[in-house]
Amino acid sequence: MLDKTDVEKIAWLARLSVSEEDIPNYCRDLSNILGLVEQMDKVDTGQVSPLAHPLELGARLRPDVVTETNQRDHFQDIAPAVESGHYLVPKVIE
Amino acid sequence: MYNKTLAELSQALQQRDTSSEELTGMYLQRCRQFMDKLNCFVTLTEEHAMAQARAADKKIQAGKAGPLTGIPMVHKDIFCTNGIKTSCGSRMLDNFIAPYDATVVRQLDDAGMVMLGKTNMDEFAMGSSNETSYYGPVLNPWDPDRVPGGSSGGSAAVVAARLTPMATGTDTGGSIRQPASLCGITGLKPTYGRVSRYGMIAFASSLDQGGPMTRTAEDAALVLNAMAGFDEHDSTSANEPVEDYTSQLENPLEGLKIGLPVEYFDERLNPDISRIIHDGIAELKKLGASIHEINLPSSKLSIPVYYVVAPAECSSNLARYDGVRFGYRCDDPRDLNDLYCRSRGEGFGREVKRRVLIGTYVLSAGYYDAYYLKAQKIRRLIRNEFQQALKEVDVIIGPTAPGTAFKLNELIDDPINMYLSDIYTVSINLAGLPAISVPAGMLNGLPVGMQIIGDYFSEARLLNVAHRFQQATDWHQHQPAEYK
Repeated sequence: MLDKTDVEKIAWLARLSVSEEDIPNYCRDLSNILGLVEQMDKVDTGQVSPLAHPLELGARLRPDVVTETNQRDHFQDIAPAVESGHYLVPKVIE
Repeated sequence: MYNKTLAELSQALQQRDTSSEELTGMYLQRCRQFMDKLNCFVTLTEEHAMAQARAADKKIQAGKAGPLTGIPMVHKDIFCTNGIKTSCGSRMLDNFIAPYDATVVRQLDDAGMVMLGKTNMDEFAMGSSNETSYYGPVLNPWDPDRVPGGSSGGSAAVVAARLTPMATGTDTGGSIRQPASLCGITGLKPTYGRVSRYGMIAFASSLDQGGPMTRTAEDAALVLNAMAGFDEHDSTSANEPVEDYTSQLENPLEGLKIGLPVEYFDERLNPDISRIIHDGIAELKKLGASIHEINLPSSKLSIPVYYVVAPAECSSNLARYDGVRFGYRCDDPRDLNDLYCRSRGEGFGREVKRRVLIGTYVLSAGYYDAYYLKAQKIRRLIRNEFQQALKEVDVIIGPTAPGTAFKLNELIDDPINMYLSDIYTVSINLAGLPAISVPAGMLNGLPVGMQIIGDYFSEARLLNVAHRFQQATDWHQHQPAEYK
């Protein structure tokens, strides 16, 4: 069972603001989902290796050459705030 | 004309019985007529469509047309379209004009298809009812009090309502097949890696796969011919040869071995759905197929495994939405963390937040082995059982969904029961296999889909079985009365 402190901690790790009145709902929903997930404990997987990719293909390599052109202005057209090619965020260093 | 299949429209265009401009105008007219009623579109791209149609007509006149040239279609709003809003059903991307085309968009453009618009969907493809969209729920054309399924609900609804002959969808845990079942259309999820994920907004990268949603298996084969293939821009794209998916459609089914998983037909399955699926299997038996009981014991754990793997990958993929480079940014952030937390808190809806939180929890220090690693191990067991079964049978058949379309608001506050609507579909994503849902019956006026699952890269075989089934039955021709 997850409590308020757990949800606040997870929300902080996820950098996600959660309103005070929603916290009880998240406590309930997340606990229910984890309850569902706990059915996995019944299976012995001692001899089984994890499967990350359904076809088990390894990462494909390519020659180390530049293939992308510079499209900074194009990509920054859709940014919330930019100045002289930089993305603007609130001040982080005093 | 709007009642014709994609294959019939293709023939009409080749024979100059109609033009792409005429077809496009006619379908746009239907889209405008019904879009508010169904809430099926996020964006209608009328000018873009008419320009594409005129270009297609020039190609046809010059004798340079392919089978898809000039045919109208729609994209799920998860595929990036250069210069056109790509919302993914989220407030987070409500202001997002994609700066490039997804590979699938480029492929269908190159094939000469005409995009009419972008369809509504569950937010970031997380949902089974289309109710998690920032733009509100899509309604089911068969009954406006019911959901179309999800997450490709808008795409399923527009094909069912004959507003377009074809739509793209994506399937992470059933999001092509389940809405296809609930709306009475044909939906194909190809093998993982068969269709490029480049420019298809990521939810769970080891599960996501795009595919066609159409009226018939023949139409799906025609579209898959253009969508399938290796893409160097997608690091998990399969470098396997692409067949002509129409070439095996007419093959006889004599000798086809069908596996029926006992776990799919146990006492939990609604008896009416069970009867419809068994009737469908009987049709295939008449065509020469044989039936074999198989076992997939780990499949009962597919929902628990999926709700670890998918949220874990989602929490990682959605970390990019931080209010800095694109998408929603909150007003007047106090500091950088406030900017991150509130942009994400205000930009994401409830279901997306639930999954980001679950994913963050199962990946956090101290819990990784118990949840994520454990899930990946059971994922291997699930895949091994499918592989074993597919050595003995050619295809596996079962229901697509546990019921027909449910009522709006029936499950939206009950995430666990909502998740269970994907009980017959998620294991296929975990294994990475291809599967198709075809209309197989009606129950109380609502369509029921049958799911056909095949071995890796056996799409041509699945389409063959589905096509022969559709030649022997007419369930795929049933259509909602209001849209006739």
